[in-house]
Amino acid sequence: MNSFAEFLAMGGYGFYVWMSYGISTVVLLLNVVIPIIQKKQFLRELALKQKRAK
Amino acid sequence: MSLMSAFFAVIRRDLILAFRRRAEIANPLFFFVLVVSLFPLGVGANPKLLQIMAPGVIWVSALLAVMLSLDSLFRSDFDDGSLEQLLLSPHPLTILVMAKIIAHWLVTGVPLLVVAPLLAIFLGLPEQALGTLFLTLVLATPVLSLIGSIGVSLTVGLRRGGMIISLLVLPLYVPVLIFASNAVEMAGNGLSVDPQINILIAIFFMSAVLAPLPAAAALKMSVN
Amino acid sequence: MSIVPEFIVRFYHKTASPPYFYSLSNKLLPWLTAIFLILLGYGLYGGLYLAPTDYQQGDSYRIIYVHVPAAWMSLFIYVVMAIAGGISLIWRMKIADVVLISSAPIGASFTFIALVTGSLWGKPMWGTWWVWDARLTSELILLFLYLGVISLYGAIEDKRTASKAVAILALVGVVNIPIIHYSVQWWNTLHQGPTVTKMDKPSIHLDMLIPLLVMATAFKLYYAIAMLQVAKVEILMREQNTQWVKKLLEDK
Repeated sequence: MNSFAEFLAMGGYGFYVWMSYGISTVVLLLNVVIPIIQKKQFLRELALKQKRAK
Repeated sequence: MSLMSAFFAVIRRDLILAFRRRAEIANPLFFFVLVVSLFPLGVGANPKLLQIMAPGVIWVSALLAVMLSLDSLFRSDFDDGSLEQLLLSPHPLTILVMAKIIAHWLVTGVPLLVVAPLLAIFLGLPEQALGTLFLTLVLATPVLSLIGSIGVSLTVGLRRGGMIISLLVLPLYVPVLIFASNAVEMAGNGLSVDPQINILIAIFFMSAVLAPLPAAAALKMSVN
Repeated sequence: MSIVPEFIVRFYHKTASPPYFYSLSNKLLPWLTAIFLILLGYGLYGGLYLAPTDYQQGDSYRIIYVHVPAAWMSLFIYVVMAIAGGISLIWRMKIADVVLISSAPIGASFTFIALVTGSLWGKPMWGTWWVWDARLTSELILLFLYLGVISLYGAIEDKRTASKAVAILALVGVVNIPIIHYSVQWWNTLHQGPTVTKMDKPSIHLDMLIPLLVMATAFKLYYAIAMLQVAKVEILMREQNTQWVKKLLEDK
């Protein structure tokens, strides 16, 4: 493959190839990002609960 | 009380209770008939099409009817506390669960067996396939009760376990559905059904031996 | 005298403790992430750029570099869940419960990716988004199995009971995987199914194979990373009333 445009086009199958990689990336990112956010949120709420309990 | 007499006592009790509540027997049956009847209305009355679809339609409808009836396997016992009594008995729970499954099949599976050939004729299933249809139902409806008992016992503690039972149990039903409906279709075409029947027999024995174990384990865990 | 070396037994017992597992995860994650990114970079570079264009399928075959590893992971993770379920039921190990339920959404995601990328590969290649052949149908049912585990766990309020329930479900379900695949294959050959998947080519060009294996390894590392992230949250939720969690909060 020679140019970046050719790389994107993927021999005419660009839509299918990049959709596949795109969807995979999004799904796999979410699986890591969501738990990280959940953890921060949980610890924040837990800290609040503990402060109230004191 | 010996294990044998306990076993039959459980079956007898469930049968008596079922006969007192006729709806338990009637509802799955009516559902079965209704669903099968819906298909010609839904896809059009083209007899050739119905004939091709007949094995699948009957089998899917039977499967759905059994799935609907599964909740009754443990529900009333759970509600009135007799399930706990069953768990407390000195006899192995696996055997008693087997007894309940047998009773369940007698109450739900057998009526389907009786009605299915009639429905098959309505859908134009070739007569040479009727015997195979009956055979697959005899072999596979107990399997549906057996595998279904696993799903029900996992969810018996839940207040509204209905939909989730279907989700749990359907993937496990798929092989049975595939082989049973395929056998009936082959029979309709005049081909041999020995391989499918043999596999259904194997599935029957496998589930008869294996299914009550996780069902009993799940019951113990659900009721606590 | 046990055949298992002393230090492995000690390690096994240590990881069974939630606080140790939690801190161990934190220590491992940076390393796992680094190796994962390196492998991912190399795999993608090799698959999307270096590997030659297929003479039959053109460049669309490159979907293979996410599709196949995802499918492999979907099966692998379910087996891991079943093993974790067995360990949980036999040895009542809390961490096994955590590993099981943490793996479920990741396994479901990989199954989803396998199905979607498969469709995206199939549409231009074989003209259809879907076909009811052995592999696709089995993979779809695998997705239902994963969703069943997730739903069941969510539906039962007491999480200890829920853990036991999904352990049983995972074990029962794993028996089903070969059964379903075999039965659908039978069904398919009886109906004279349409295609044999392209992967069954006897020899695959080494330049195409290596990125595939690299991606597969990368995905395994990803699984560890994602699973540990979910596991950390799960452990914190289960252990929120313990001393070590309270201390963790204070240290922040």
